[in-house]
Order: sequence, then C-alpha cells, then structure tokens
Amino acid sequence: MDDRTHRAAHRIQGRSAAPGIALGPLVRLAPVEHGVRQYRSAAEGRQALLDALAASQEDLSALAHQAGDDEAEAILAFQIALLEDDSLIAPALARIDVGDGANQAWSAAIDPEIASYDAAEDPYFRARASDLRDLRDRVLRHLAGETDQIVPPGVILAADDMPPSTFLATDWQDGGLVLRRGSPSSHVAILARSRGVPMIVGVDVDHLEDGADALLDADAGLLVVDPDANMRASFDQRRAEQSKARQAAASFCGPALTATGELVRVMINVTGLAELEGLDPAHVDGIGLMRTEFLFQGREKLPTEEEQYQIYKRMLEWAAGKPVTIRTLDAGGDKPIEGLTQPGDMNPFLGVRGVRLSLRHLDVFREQLRALARAAVAGNLKVMIPMVTVPEELDRCRTLLEQALEELRREGREAQLPPLGMMVEVPAAALTIEDFNADFFSIGSNDLIQYVTAASRDEPQLADLARPSRAVFSLIGHVVSYGDSSGRETSLCGDLAGDPGQVAALLDQDLRIFSVAPGAVGPVKAAIARYSGSAA
Amino acid sequence: MNKLRASVLMRHEVGLHARPSVKLTKLAKGFESRIDLGLSPDGPWIDAKSIVKVMATKAPKDSTIYFRAEGADAKAALEALVTLVDGDFQDGR
Repeated sequence: MDDRTHRAAHRIQGRSAAPGIALGPLVRLAPVEHGVRQYRSAAEGRQALLDALAASQEDLSALAHQAGDDEAEAILAFQIALLEDDSLIAPALARIDVGDGANQAWSAAIDPEIASYDAAEDPYFRARASDLRDLRDRVLRHLAGETDQIVPPGVILAADDMPPSTFLATDWQDGGLVLRRGSPSSHVAILARSRGVPMIVGVDVDHLEDGADALLDADAGLLVVDPDANMRASFDQRRAEQSKARQAAASFCGPALTATGELVRVMINVTGLAELEGLDPAHVDGIGLMRTEFLFQGREKLPTEEEQYQIYKRMLEWAAGKPVTIRTLDAGGDKPIEGLTQPGDMNPFLGVRGVRLSLRHLDVFREQLRALARAAVAGNLKVMIPMVTVPEELDRCRTLLEQALEELRREGREAQLPPLGMMVEVPAAALTIEDFNADFFSIGSNDLIQYVTAASRDEPQLADLARPSRAVFSLIGHVVSYGDSSGRETSLCGDLAGDPGQVAALLDQDLRIFSVAPGAVGPVKAAIARYSGSAA
Repeated sequence: MNKLRASVLMRHEVGLHARPSVKLTKLAKGFESRIDLGLSPDGPWIDAKSIVKVMATKAPKDSTIYFRAEGADAKAALEALVTLVDGDFQDGR
C-alpha cells in the first residue's frame, strides 16, 4: 500500500549554496559503508568474494565499453587486470580460509597495495592509489549486496559530501544537490553556481528517505520532503518566473554602467572550455579567472605542456582580444589532485597549496609556465599566481617564467612574456601589498575571508563568522587603493563579486573590475546599474 | 628444465605505467610457461603475469627489462614479450 499521498510535508532547513529550485525524487548517495555479512563457512565466504570479483569485472567491462575515450579505457583496463591477478586474490582467499570475513580479507589484501602507491615518489604511481581504492570499494559494495548507483537526471541527490570529480561526472539536468558537509564557498558549490545547479548544505542526510518526492528551494536553503499540492503549484509558478528572470538578466549584455554612468568591467570565472560554449564574448569583458586545477583533476596523468597550450590558446581565441587571466595550478586546500597534493595534510588550507605546491613541483610548474608563455602569443593573456604570501614567491615565479620563455626561444618556438600578477588572498600579502612586484592584483575573497576571520568556509556552524566583515572590506579597499595609486589593475574574483547584494559595498571600495560565475553576470550588471555612488 | 632468458631495452616514454603493464601481463598470460621479469640479469624476479608485481617494479624509461621463462612455449613467449617491449607496446591498433 502506498501511503505517500497521506504524508505531511516535511521541511528541513539547510543553507543555500547555489540558487535555484528543483523538484524530483530524492536519491541518497550512500557513503561507502559496508555491512559486514556473516558467512556460515569459509567456503561460503570464498564464494562470496569470487562472486563480488566477477560482478565487479562485469561492471568494469561494461564501463570500458561505453567509455569512449582512451584515458578512461586505460584506467578501467588496469582495474580489470588487477581483478584477474592471483597475487592479489590468492592472499585474500587464504585469509578467508583461516577465518577472516570476505570483506575483511579483501581489504587486507588490497590495502597494503594502496598504501605502497600512496607512498610512491613518482606522482604518476601515487595517483594510481585512487584506482586501487576505487576498485576496493567496488568489490566491497558488491560484497555488501549494493549495486552501482546510477543517477538518472532530474533527481535531488543527497550525500554526505561530494568530490568535484563526481559532481562533474553527474548529469544535473533539472536536478539539485543536498549535502551535509561543505559550505557555500566549497569547491562543489562554486561549480554548482557556475552550472546553475540548485544546492544546499548543512542537511542531516541520514534521515532522508531514498525515493521520496522532494522540493529543493535552494534560494531559501530549504528542502521539503513530500511537498503537498499547493507547494507543487507554487513551485511550477516560481520556475516559470525564474526562467523569465534569467532571460531578463541575460539581456544585460551591454557594458556595465553605474547609475551615474561610470564604467565597470564584469568578467567571468571559468574552469574549462566547456563553459564557454554558447557564451558570447561580446557580453563580458573577458575571463577574469580561469581555474586550471580542473585540467589536472580526475586524470590518469597530469596534462602535458601541449595539451595545456591547446586549451589556453582556444580560450584566448574565444576571448578575441579581451583579457584572459589564467591562474596557475591552485591545488591543495579543498582541491586535492591525486599524485600531486599531499594526502593527510593536517590543515590543508594552511598547508602546501597554490604557489607553495607549484614551487615544490617545479617539473609540473615549468610545463605550465611554458604552455602559458606559448599561449601568450595568441591573445591578451595574463598569468596569475595563487596563494602568494611573501614577495620572494612572486619573484621566483617571474624568474621561472622568464626562464621558460628563454628556453622556448632557444628551441625556436614562438612565445612571449605575459603580464604576471598575483591573487591576493593571504592577509599578509594584502597588508603589505606595496612590497610585491606584481603587474596586477586579483582579490580572492573566498580564502581572504576565511583567513581574516580564522573561520573555515566548510564549517556550517561558523557561517556567521566566515562572511565579509568590515575587516575584509577594509583590506579590499587597501589593495584597490594601492592598485589605483600605482597604476595596477585590481579585480575581485571570489564569490563576493557575484553576490548582487554586495556589489554596492564593493563599488564603495572603488573596485571597478568584477569577475563572476557566468550565471551571475546579468544580476551583477543589474546591481551595478542601480548604484548611484557611495552612500556616505 | 632449462630456463630461457632474454632482455630488451624499454624506450616507452613513461616507463612501465598502467597501460604498458596491462599489455605486458596480458600477453604473458597467454603462454603456459612460467615467466619472470626483472630489472637486472640476476633478478630479483617477479611474476610477469601479475599486474600488481609488474607495476610494483616502477621501471622507468630506458630500463632494460630481463625475462626468463620455463615451459613448453618458453621460446615463443620470450619472443613475443621482447617484440612488445621493443615495439614500444604498440598493439597494432
């Protein structure tokens, strides 16, 4: 009997991370937590493991079949080969024979392999640990009787947390996302905003029922389970209004002018070429931030100089002469990269990330700088260094960039020196901004806020502290004013710039270049048009 | 029974990474003989049919790979493996 129609609507309050609304069935993405089954005999346990291995192999073969790209196929072939390897399987079976449970035995056999890859010096081999983990978890899922969760479009996904790679691999058409962890400024939230996926965080997802109908009102940070007919009707109406509003915002395609006629530049933040599709460069003032870390994530090997060059060049060609600011690899923090960042960093946001990581992996950094120097020929490129704390870091980057250029010229390749600027997100840099030999500044408000307030952007309980305070605005004002007085451009590329409610406060600090998610360009331009000068 | 031996210089750009290792172990498994792989003429030897063991050698570019084989098809196995490594792990695709 279906009693769903009789249930009262159940409201759960979370916090908005990306605006929008969605209606659909809830799908719980289960964390890998495997029920331990008891087997009556070793023979039964052996059979269970062999069945799970066979089922995993079937999964992987099917995936390899539809993978369609070389890179994915190679990863899957490697996992399949592992499943066929007696030196992995035999020890697991032997453990079952002496009394281990099947899942315990499988973990015991594969975990030391994972650990040895984790400890490898070569980043390529370190990155293989993730393949083995993936395989371990797949077999464990089969042992626990779980099957692969296939997520159809149009559902509201609920999970504890979600790595950016999973987010990118999911079809979000008409869907939404509900997370327990993360925050409005976590990386997944940035992606959700940029792709128009409604998302809220801070929801106890354990008590959500898989398959229940739900309405996600991410504007209000609200999830309604089993919404009633009235709520559904108002949802339909709001969706119609939103699509109208979106169209209206999109029509703000001219230059951004304040009410008093002052010109403000509005650029976009992107993570790759895919977001530029269907976007007319005429409607924006360039790319204010290209986050290159996404080129490095979820891959079997790091992208080569040539691959990077091709992507950077195509971005510059898209921009057709407008400035394109490409940020060098900003890995670490909440953006780990297999094989490059340090696993188990005690405090990743205060650890080896951004330029600190690049200067410790010169092989990877040099390739990126070479690709950038080559791409600089193709348009108006600017190169930005993330997480700069002291002037010497930027000086070293400049020397490396100059060396890359010299090297390329010696090889007879076309290249030129792009302007080199810095991301201002560490308070130490913001406070002593006049000490840095940068060609331009771009304020990274997400990290600046969490470092100034000493409050993690991923701690839901501290959301009231980790927000733009007077302390933050005063630092922003300081950087903009030094930039103006020394003839250096200053932009702001954090989420703060994309919040129409903060636009006036930023304009008050004399900020005149905003870089925002593509979806925020219209609303931000509208907010700029309403601005008629400082209230003071 | 006698062990047959062979060696070959691996010029593959990235060394014994996942893709070449998968090809090598797959090929080795096609033979009945026991086939060992080592990075020096005196071993240590590992089972060339095990992807876990082959990857664990982490052999870089320009390593010389040593094989020894024992069994009915040992000669054919060594020839095939040497051809694979020497041909830069191309599989004719």
